[in-house]
Amino acid sequence: MYGFEAMTFNIHGGYLEAIVRGHRSGLLTAADYNNLCQCETLDDIKMHLTATEYGPYLQNEPSPLHTTTIVEKCTLKLVDEYKHMLCQATEPLSTFLEYITYGHMIDNVVLIVTGTLHERDVQELLEKCHPLGMFDSIATLAVAQNMRELYRLVLVDTPLAPYFSECITSEDLDDMNIEIMRNTLYKAYLEDFYRFCQKLGGATAEIMSDLLAFEADRRAVNITINSIGTELTRDDRRKLYSSFGLLYPYGHEELAVCEDIDQVRGVMEKYPPYQSIFSKLSYGESQMLDKAFYEEEVKRLCLSFEQQFHYGVFFAYMRLKEQEIRNLMWISECVAQNQKSRVHDSVVFIF
Amino acid sequence: MAEHGGCCPPMDLFRSEPMHLVQVIIPIESARLTVSYLGDIGLIQFKDLNAEKSPFQRTYAGQIKRCAELARKLRFFKDQMSKADVKPSAKSDAKAEFNLDELEVKLGELEAELTEINGNSEKLQRSYNELVEYKLVLQKAGEFFKEAQSRAAAQQTEVSSQQAAEESLETPLLKDQESTADQGKQVKLGFLTGLVPKGRSMAFERILFRATRGNVFLRQSSVDEAVIDPNSGEKVEKNVFVVFFSGERAKSKILKICEAFGANRYPFAEDLGKQAQMITEVSGRISELKTTIDAGLLHRANLLETIGNQYEQWSELVRKEKSIYHTLNMLSIDVTKKCLVAEGWSPIFATQQIQDALQQATVDSKSQVGAIFQVLHTKELPPTYFRTNKFTESFQTIVDAYGVAKYQEANPGVYTVVTFPFLFAVMFGDWGHGICILLATLFLIFREKKYSSQKLGDIMEMTFGGRYVILLMALFSIYTGLIYNEFFSVPFELFSPSAYACRDAACSEATTIGLIKARDTYPFGVDPAWHGSRSELPFLNSLKMKMSILLGVAQMNLGIILSFFNALYFRNPVNVWFQFIPQMIFLNGLFGYLSLLIIVKWCTGSQADLYHVMIYMFLSPTDDLGENQLFPNQKTVQLVLLLLSLIAVPWMLLPKPFILKAQHNRTHQGQSYTPLEGTEDSLQVEAGHDAHGHGEFEFSEVFVHQLIHTIEFVLGAVSNTASYLRLWALSLAHSELSTVFYEKVLLLAWGYNNIIILIVGIIVFIFATVGVLLVMETLSAFLHALRLHWVEFQNKFYEGDGYKFAPFSFALLSDEDE
Repeated sequence: MYGFEAMTFNIHGGYLEAIVRGHRSGLLTAADYNNLCQCETLDDIKMHLTATEYGPYLQNEPSPLHTTTIVEKCTLKLVDEYKHMLCQATEPLSTFLEYITYGHMIDNVVLIVTGTLHERDVQELLEKCHPLGMFDSIATLAVAQNMRELYRLVLVDTPLAPYFSECITSEDLDDMNIEIMRNTLYKAYLEDFYRFCQKLGGATAEIMSDLLAFEADRRAVNITINSIGTELTRDDRRKLYSSFGLLYPYGHEELAVCEDIDQVRGVMEKYPPYQSIFSKLSYGESQMLDKAFYEEEVKRLCLSFEQQFHYGVFFAYMRLKEQEIRNLMWISECVAQNQKSRVHDSVVFIF
Repeated sequence: MAEHGGCCPPMDLFRSEPMHLVQVIIPIESARLTVSYLGDIGLIQFKDLNAEKSPFQRTYAGQIKRCAELARKLRFFKDQMSKADVKPSAKSDAKAEFNLDELEVKLGELEAELTEINGNSEKLQRSYNELVEYKLVLQKAGEFFKEAQSRAAAQQTEVSSQQAAEESLETPLLKDQESTADQGKQVKLGFLTGLVPKGRSMAFERILFRATRGNVFLRQSSVDEAVIDPNSGEKVEKNVFVVFFSGERAKSKILKICEAFGANRYPFAEDLGKQAQMITEVSGRISELKTTIDAGLLHRANLLETIGNQYEQWSELVRKEKSIYHTLNMLSIDVTKKCLVAEGWSPIFATQQIQDALQQATVDSKSQVGAIFQVLHTKELPPTYFRTNKFTESFQTIVDAYGVAKYQEANPGVYTVVTFPFLFAVMFGDWGHGICILLATLFLIFREKKYSSQKLGDIMEMTFGGRYVILLMALFSIYTGLIYNEFFSVPFELFSPSAYACRDAACSEATTIGLIKARDTYPFGVDPAWHGSRSELPFLNSLKMKMSILLGVAQMNLGIILSFFNALYFRNPVNVWFQFIPQMIFLNGLFGYLSLLIIVKWCTGSQADLYHVMIYMFLSPTDDLGENQLFPNQKTVQLVLLLLSLIAVPWMLLPKPFILKAQHNRTHQGQSYTPLEGTEDSLQVEAGHDAHGHGEFEFSEVFVHQLIHTIEFVLGAVSNTASYLRLWALSLAHSELSTVFYEKVLLLAWGYNNIIILIVGIIVFIFATVGVLLVMETLSAFLHALRLHWVEFQNKFYEGDGYKFAPFSFALLSDEDE
């Protein structure tokens, strides 16, 4: 795996790469989205989706359909595909595939902890968790009162344990430090994933470092925008930025001191790849930023399929599929709530 | 066109069925019935007139949704039936007629009933499972307590005895107090009992320990057989646990953890008497529930039985209805919404049938207006439809696999019926092997009825589909095997004794030199005396090589002649004069001449060297032939042929593009005077093929195309002829392989005079014969025969760019489903 992937990659990775490329061709196309956007009811959506790869998952659903069912079934398909690939994978691909799920794990942990903080029912919360980020003792999270307990009780058994080293405090949990915990965990996770990919070397390292750098930069921007006007200090904010990516380190210095969205824009426009994203937005606007970032991400993910013999395709496929599920959720919500005029607001075409 | 009966057999297969584009205008009230009747006939291929509309924008999208919903219900029934082990009866006796609305109501009722029964029995099952678990807990936990008590008692006595023993020494004063304090605390200890899945018991224990910082006492005991979990309804291996703790906070933590681990908790009384009472109570309720559940199951089984009786009928009906509405969705609806307009291809012979069906539908649906049937004129290329039977079908499949014939072009499938098995047999000539294959395929043919109704494996399916091809292949290889005189590579003197005999006793080593001709020539095939002689190979090679060339040249000529008939049929004199004739001259001037030489050599027994003749015909055509001369004036003939062939090349290449250009110019000039296209044409869908007629004439493109064709033909004439030599090569390989197996395995084993070695030898021989010769050699000979047809034969005339007729037919519907 050191620059000579073409010679040896197919021994272990060839079958799965073929599988993932096959899955990729099952992604919905722009024509599918156009048809979906014209649907009048959720049944129409179901009818259209049964003609796609989602057919077997949706065809046995009785007719009054809910958005959640559609999303659930589509996610189920993704999970099934993921599990199949994980079963077939050998080292180091299996580790790589596991890394992909850690992000969901962090989200799930945060979801449960925040939920219990607000006295929600654990079962209800568990249903909301992303199935890819489930681990054995996840429901036990509800028991913990502070970070230290959280770590000691539950997370020490999970792959997230190493990422926790920076946020073990005995403070009681509240919304603010849960959010900080999420970002610290995410930072540690991204850095670890980045290191892992660098270790793999070859085209995987090349492509994944690009994709992960984009992810890190996007998080940096989001952290900055979300922390504007909160009591988070500049130093704390800087601590949450991942230590790689295009913005590292000088961009981070500048982002850390930003006071409003236009300053963020000023910082980002110095970096040519992000210039195009921000040039689509008008001044002072941050609503469309998410969509712009998603579009850019999808573009980059699609490009990773242009190269062969690397693991980036697995990451890209999972991300694209998640984007597709987000799209489907948005479309079905719009259809269900008769908001068809807004249907194009948040849909990112994949092809 | 297709006149049946009379003097001639139907000539359907030579060209595809004549088709026409028909338009049917159907009043909307009889539309469903009409399409249904047309589906019964299955001879019309509807065109999608709403291609630009997405599926749910079409007229009958609602009906399709209904059908999909019904299909879902049927799948639900099927699922339930397979869970309950009820098999749908193959064909129901009561042939009750349903329409879709009735069926919808009926299925809805049945589904509601079934889900209700399922729901009830699920509830009952759940409480039953809970009780079973509870009973287990009572039993196991009871054991703990008993054990603990007895141990405690033992400890007590031990302690007291120790105390008694140590009393005399320094007894700590506080000890008594401590133990009483202990007892006081013990009262406050709470406990919980329940079941936890075995796989998660370790993690459960660990988390409990961590959460309470070790202030917990957990006992677990595994349940021997798997229990059905009340929540998920799945069989799980479980552990019964008892956990002791102190304090409310610990309790709430433990409760949460139990919940998180899916551990079901059950109340438990410490008192032994109460325990016994509860156990009897629980057992009583379990048996009570059991009878209720059984009754429910019986009811459910009965319901499923009734569903199963009609399941097949219903699912067929739903499939049909769905396909009808799919077809109706392809029709365009009239502006007045009173009628539907269908367009589609149908064979001309079916016109009467279709009209009858339309009338029948009008009558049956009591419609005021009949459907209107009319033929449209179009320039679009109709689909290709051959009326095959079960025998010709597999041969037609061989041709279609290469490409579906263009509408009404000469169909190589007819010739393939004979040439394919024959070329196969030339490579596979051994009548022993032929008989083996014949037996295998006869087995398939005699069980045809049984096999065609059931699902076969992938490879079996393929073999079964080609059973008639294999039958002919086997018959032909018996024939060629008799000619080659090989039976598992052993020659037999079948038709008469060998023509040769030894001159004297000295010719023990079988060489042809020591032999003299004693009798008449062997009447059929190869003389057995050749076999095993030293000159066997040179003799057979020469024979088979020449035979291959003769066969090849004959088949290629057939191909070119077919191109002549195509040109004649499509009224294309350019192709006759500037393609067919020069091609014939070129091929026959060189390789036809070679074939002639071969025949002359065989007839006259001349010893001329044909290689030499052919090579020097090109290198120095004016030289004297010397001893290689086979007939008088051979040199002149060769010169003439060579010149003709040389002329044929530019003849093929140059005139055709120019003539096409001239033709195009002429029609173009004429076109400016023709009136506007008739209104009828507006109905026609503009076809891609029209571009060929009306589009720009690209001279360079046509010329390059012709150049490629010419080069391909000229080079192909040489390489294709050489390609037919594979007949010889494979035949040689086959006979050599079977000789090796016979001599080096069977005869060698025989030579040892040892029964065990002989048996092993026979087994090896059988496996080698079946595996290598009967299976692999058959495959390779099949593939080479296929190649000779697809490439060497069909490239002479076959366009193969048509598309298949895919009629809307209920008969085909059941095949494609599942």
